[in-house]
Amino acid sequence: MTQVQYSSVNVGDEIPLLKEKPVSRFTLALYAGASGDHNPIHIDLDFARKARMPDVFAHGMLSAAYLGRLLTNWVPQRQIRNFSMRFTGITQLGNVPTCTGKIVEKFEADGEKRVRLQIRCSNQYGEEKLAGEAIVALP
Amino acid sequence: MPDRSLIGRSLGETTVEVEKGRLRFFAKAIGETDPVYTDEAAAKAAGYKSLPVPPTFLMCLGGEGRDLEEQLKIYGFEVARILHAEQAFDYHKPAVAGDVLTFSTSVADVYEKKGGALQFVVTQTRVTNQDGEHVADVRSAVVQR
Repeated sequence: MTQVQYSSVNVGDEIPLLKEKPVSRFTLALYAGASGDHNPIHIDLDFARKARMPDVFAHGMLSAAYLGRLLTNWVPQRQIRNFSMRFTGITQLGNVPTCTGKIVEKFEADGEKRVRLQIRCSNQYGEEKLAGEAIVALP
Repeated sequence: MPDRSLIGRSLGETTVEVEKGRLRFFAKAIGETDPVYTDEAAAKAAGYKSLPVPPTFLMCLGGEGRDLEEQLKIYGFEVARILHAEQAFDYHKPAVAGDVLTFSTSVADVYEKKGGALQFVVTQTRVTNQDGEHVADVRSAVVQR
């Protein structure tokens, strides 16, 4: 990985996007087991229907993990200072999580150079599912 | 409506050991292919003592040893009606496999929107490691519809 330098980035720059495979029942079963989030609404169709949902749907934290990968693909994880998000839409089966990030501020704090990123996860139709921001330290 | 008197209430502490196998399973589940997250030699070459805990996995570890339904009962929420609304992390120190992490959680806020149709509970969790070092702060909001 070539190290991203503070001096070489500008406000308005987009970081490399992360596009995932379509979300399947298999994706959700694996995520349920690995994350420890066993809420049946994500893996049991009968339960989902009883809760008046048309089908199971993705864990919000699965897309959050994709946003985490967006960041760690760009810089080593130890440079991430803060990472926050709002879940603005439900990710349905077949959705293709697509994560993007844009630098919105360059600043110095606690004796280090940092950038603020606006981050977003949408599906293949451009519908927003997660929106948030991250603060990353850069050398 | 969850009672605003819940604000400040402790939801207790949980302690969990970070396991390598679990981290590899999580990497698989989220499509992570960077060997830093699955191969200890790569993690060490990157400056970690062992496999690092990926950014969102702290939230999963914080749920270990916690009964979601029991926690929701305190709020008066039902599992079939809740959604995750917000999530935030402040990172202070890397957590790696082999660490024993303590999660100390309390209710940070209770509020409603849309005239009570949406009810929110926010929790705040302080994460420390076996050496008493402050690893992270985690904030989560759930909403009941």
